[in-house]
Amino acid sequence: MRRVLPLAPAFALLALLLLASPAAAVNPDEQLPDPAQEARAVELSRELRCVVCQNQSIDDSDAALARDLRIILRERIAAGDTDKQAIDHIVARYGSFVQLRPPVRGDTLALWFGPLGVLVLGGVGAYLYIRSRTPAAAAALTAAEEAEAAELLKTDKAD
Amino acid sequence: MKRILFILPVVGFAVLLGVFFAGLGRDPRALPSAFVGKPLPAFQAPPVREGDAGLSNTDFQRGEPVLLNVFASWCGPCRVEHPVLMRLRAQGVAIHGLDWKEDAAAGAKWLVDNGDPYIRVGSDPTGRTGIEFGVAGVPETFVIDRHGKVRYRHVGAVTSDVWETKLRPLMEELRSEP
Repeated sequence: MRRVLPLAPAFALLALLLLASPAAAVNPDEQLPDPAQEARAVELSRELRCVVCQNQSIDDSDAALARDLRIILRERIAAGDTDKQAIDHIVARYGSFVQLRPPVRGDTLALWFGPLGVLVLGGVGAYLYIRSRTPAAAAALTAAEEAEAAELLKTDKAD
Repeated sequence: MKRILFILPVVGFAVLLGVFFAGLGRDPRALPSAFVGKPLPAFQAPPVREGDAGLSNTDFQRGEPVLLNVFASWCGPCRVEHPVLMRLRAQGVAIHGLDWKEDAAAGAKWLVDNGDPYIRVGSDPTGRTGIEFGVAGVPETFVIDRHGKVRYRHVGAVTSDVWETKLRPLMEELRSEP
């Protein structure tokens, strides 16, 4: 028992590390007092691209503008906006580029369905190719060929 | 027919390569404004220069196209474009300014030290006014038509080259619009 105990602090530390959630850039002073609203704000800010760093969400980004947008998002939520209204508020100012999940629209159809189209095209191509390679059913042997085959098989056995 | 099918993937690859290569030269920050074709939202920015009226969205209905330059004294590229703006102002181009994310005093000092190219200039210490029309950083320059609608957004410094190739042709086109 005493031999195991020295490892206990290490395991406790490991357990705590596993429990820790990934760090976000949100500062305590930005957070909303209502945990439910704060959870919504975090959820929504993960969907919004930071226009300064571009490949980070405003939840991840340390850019000053990302902080401003997090605060604006929280103000909208505290003011009673629905999720969609809050997102639209930001999109109206920065364009749909800020949506990390682009909406399905006329100009995003290629983005959403292009890969599927390529897959279907490739599938059809592969199907046609494989079908063209399958040999036609072998024709029946003629009597002469039959006799020759029998001869060959016989000599085979004799070896 | 068969041969075409075999060439198709190669052609597809070449097209993709072309698209990616063309994309290499594009500035990912040069996004079109969400306000192109729309008027600026209503705003009222307090003055930078002591004793004047600041800048409001109604200042853009001047009957002529106007540049809206978003700047700050802490911004490096603004230093680069400043002499260009001074020259444009001397040539009679209408320019309004918005001093983004700094105290009016710092903006005022910048204008005293480096010259003042602006007709009207507003202070936006929190950055909230700029955020209302999608400013992502400084410098940014918006081209506003004679009816107060946003027509173009340039991200980064206005160099002589940017003025000659992009902004001037657009301003001239807007001037001849009804």
